[in-house]
Amino acid sequence: MILDYEILKLIWWLFVGVLLIGFAITDGMDMGVGNLLPFLGKNDDERRVMINTVGPHWDGNQVWLITAGGAIFAAWPAVYAAAFSGFYVAMLLVLFALFFRPVGFDYRSKLGDERWRKAWDWGLFAGGAIPSLVFGVAFGNLILGVPFHLDELLRAHYTGSFFALLNPFALLAGIVSFSLLTMHGGIWLQMRTAGDIADRVIDYIQWTGIVAMAAFALAGLWLMLGIDGYSIISQPAYDALPNPLAKTVAIKAGAWLQNYHDYPLSITFPLLGFGGIALTILLSKANRPGWGFFTSSLGITGVIMTAGTSLFPFIMPSSSQPGSSLTIWDAASSHLTLTVMFWAVVIFLPIVIGYTIWNYRKMWGKLTVEEMQDRFSAY
Amino acid sequence: MLDPTMIELSRWQFALTALYHFLFVPLTLGITWILVIMESVYVMTGKEIYRDMTKFWGKLFGINFALGVTTGLTMEFQFGTNWSYYSHYVGDVFGAPLAIEGLMAFFLESTFVGMFFLGWERLSKRQHLMVTFLTALGTNLSALWILVANGWMQNPIGSEFSYETMRMEMTSFVDLVLNPVAQVKFIHTVAAGYVAGSMFVLGISAYYILKGRDLGFAKRSFSVAAGFGLASILSVIVLGDESGYELGDVQKTKLAALESEWVTHEPPAGFTLIGFPDQEAQETHGEIKIPWALGLIATRSLDEEVTGLKDIIRDNEGRIRSGMVAYEYLQRLRAGETTEDNKAMFEKHKQDLGYGLLLKAYTPNVVDATEEQIKLAAKNSIPEVAPLFWTFRIMVAAGFTLLFIFAMAFYYNARRVIEKKRWLLKLALWSIPLPWIAIETGWFVAEFGRQPWAIGEVLPTFLATSSLTTNDLIFSMVGFIGFYTFLLIIEMWLMFHFARKGPSSLHTGRYHFEKAEA
Repeated sequence: MILDYEILKLIWWLFVGVLLIGFAITDGMDMGVGNLLPFLGKNDDERRVMINTVGPHWDGNQVWLITAGGAIFAAWPAVYAAAFSGFYVAMLLVLFALFFRPVGFDYRSKLGDERWRKAWDWGLFAGGAIPSLVFGVAFGNLILGVPFHLDELLRAHYTGSFFALLNPFALLAGIVSFSLLTMHGGIWLQMRTAGDIADRVIDYIQWTGIVAMAAFALAGLWLMLGIDGYSIISQPAYDALPNPLAKTVAIKAGAWLQNYHDYPLSITFPLLGFGGIALTILLSKANRPGWGFFTSSLGITGVIMTAGTSLFPFIMPSSSQPGSSLTIWDAASSHLTLTVMFWAVVIFLPIVIGYTIWNYRKMWGKLTVEEMQDRFSAY
Repeated sequence: MLDPTMIELSRWQFALTALYHFLFVPLTLGITWILVIMESVYVMTGKEIYRDMTKFWGKLFGINFALGVTTGLTMEFQFGTNWSYYSHYVGDVFGAPLAIEGLMAFFLESTFVGMFFLGWERLSKRQHLMVTFLTALGTNLSALWILVANGWMQNPIGSEFSYETMRMEMTSFVDLVLNPVAQVKFIHTVAAGYVAGSMFVLGISAYYILKGRDLGFAKRSFSVAAGFGLASILSVIVLGDESGYELGDVQKTKLAALESEWVTHEPPAGFTLIGFPDQEAQETHGEIKIPWALGLIATRSLDEEVTGLKDIIRDNEGRIRSGMVAYEYLQRLRAGETTEDNKAMFEKHKQDLGYGLLLKAYTPNVVDATEEQIKLAAKNSIPEVAPLFWTFRIMVAAGFTLLFIFAMAFYYNARRVIEKKRWLLKLALWSIPLPWIAIETGWFVAEFGRQPWAIGEVLPTFLATSSLTTNDLIFSMVGFIGFYTFLLIIEMWLMFHFARKGPSSLHTGRYHFEKAEA
């Protein structure tokens, strides 16, 4: 075990962040395409073009989500347990929505019937829209604190309701993620299609980009002025065996801004969020979608890192019993497990990224309506 | 106390979604290798018909694969949503293989499967073959890691309970991966998947031969399936799961239960061919036995004994009493009384803590259990015998029927007279469901036979659930049943549609229906 427990706990916070960002950039793009599908695609050929820009990639991209889930299970079992069971109904809605994607992509174009294809187009829309909204809502609720506690056997009990998750701040966070991913899917389409679709998508990118920036700014203001954060009063050493009940936590106004005071450089993250989105809007208008996709990815990275930094070191604060809150120090796995998983990520993630790039390069090129009509291998 | 209806529904939901997921996984495991074989022949010989075979069977594979992905998502979500105490209690050990599965296997299969379907025009022949191979490799590696995880549930080695963190923690990753139960299960499970893939191709090809359509295409497909299927069914039977049953006490209990072996007999034990197990009376009525057979199957020897269920129950009662002591000292340690004496006493009884937790079904405090409660917990420390006894026999019968079909298919195919054996072709067509029957009953034997444990001897199933309400479960069950029924109807419809059409669905102009129209 070359790395200290304390360092590994920190590294795993970064790794989960990397996996979530990877998920948002890759699978978020597919979801964004799904969000635009019924509106931007005027006829079946156009919608097939849109679907086929992500056709060879959506399945691999979705594994970022699966791996992020698996990594949370392995590295933060307490978070996996409390969050998935606490957000039960929301999680299942996401799951049911995701059901539409594999079958939507694979089955839609197997039959020529118009109603069949239209139905699956809405299925793909649901499979994009519901998750891209709910993930933001979930982050919003983490920032507000979640009503749950741990009993003496460390069993998690959630005491809120599903509808309590749909509060104004969390819905605002949902608008941030929904509009951001829709913009991201849009700039992907602008890059990967030629002709009408690429022209028409520019308007969608402008509007979703502006909404994303406005909602992100509003959420930031709300956070500064009206939302109490959480702050650790006392806790065991960072490298202690994880025990979430061994610390004391206070709810304090402004606590979520503490990290920006302590580490002023971290202010770059929200700036990266705004800057990335703003540049995407401009680059799309200037018809430079390649660079636009890059800045859009930076914008997503900035927004996710802003949420993570505000919460740090909390992962899932408890509003009903703050002492039960889960942090990166006390929700982590054992030293050995974090070490094993560290090496698994260090070895396999570069390989994954390597063949993913090969995959994209091989399938690259602008798709057109004409091409759709005579290619055998297309959805 | 948790609501018993909620616990019961959580178990049903897991069983139904796992069984349903496992309708699609085996075909994927097997047919991807069949695609590799077909495409390899294409690359080596350049004969177009083998590319058409790869594309057509690949099309059917795609219809199946979509639902495999869909229902696999459920499995990953479900540990957290419905088995959150399980996730906390064993995530340190169990989570690792699942996460590695994602990194090492899911990415591989999912990235390349898209290129398999859509990359024909963009890749060279060899590149495409490599893509097909990597897809197959990915699906099989995924089975490896999931069975490492499952093997640990059956035989939890390489780990230890920690009172400080109140959970199981990994002590050796190597032991976890090299768990002999996991190894045996991996071979048995993937080979069963190969049988499913082979039977699927064999049966549908037989249908074309019976109809006299696309004979060149059908007979070549039939050959590949017959050869691959025969090798696979032999592996399944010879490398059966039972060889893993001597390892770990849960496995021993499972073995005794599926054999309905109530008392320990002098070795070598006889195999009960048929009988009627009676859980209350703890005996089997009207049994017909084959002498020596069980001892040979289970222990591969003539002088090792197979422990009977009554003896297992008696031993378990002792372990439950020891587990009560472990629980008592765990509470003291958790309350901060971490004296050396307390630690020593806990260490001494720690391996029985799980048995102590069994009492939580009767009294939340565990330490105040009455004599009757202890006896009852011991009696319920084994699974229900009758369902295991029957499902095991269905699995074995299906397995041997499949051996017969593949042996005949291979023989007549090698003699090139398969077209004349219409009875065999019909049998092959109607036997397509057989591997699935064997596989689903096999899953039931393995997992129901693990009861009452979620993690063998460590964590009882009823404790492993989330703290949900019955209404939560009704919501999710209705959702799953609704969606899954809907998806199954669509999938089966598409599958029949394209299987009936055959290679004509490739629109090459070379096959039956297109020629007929021309």
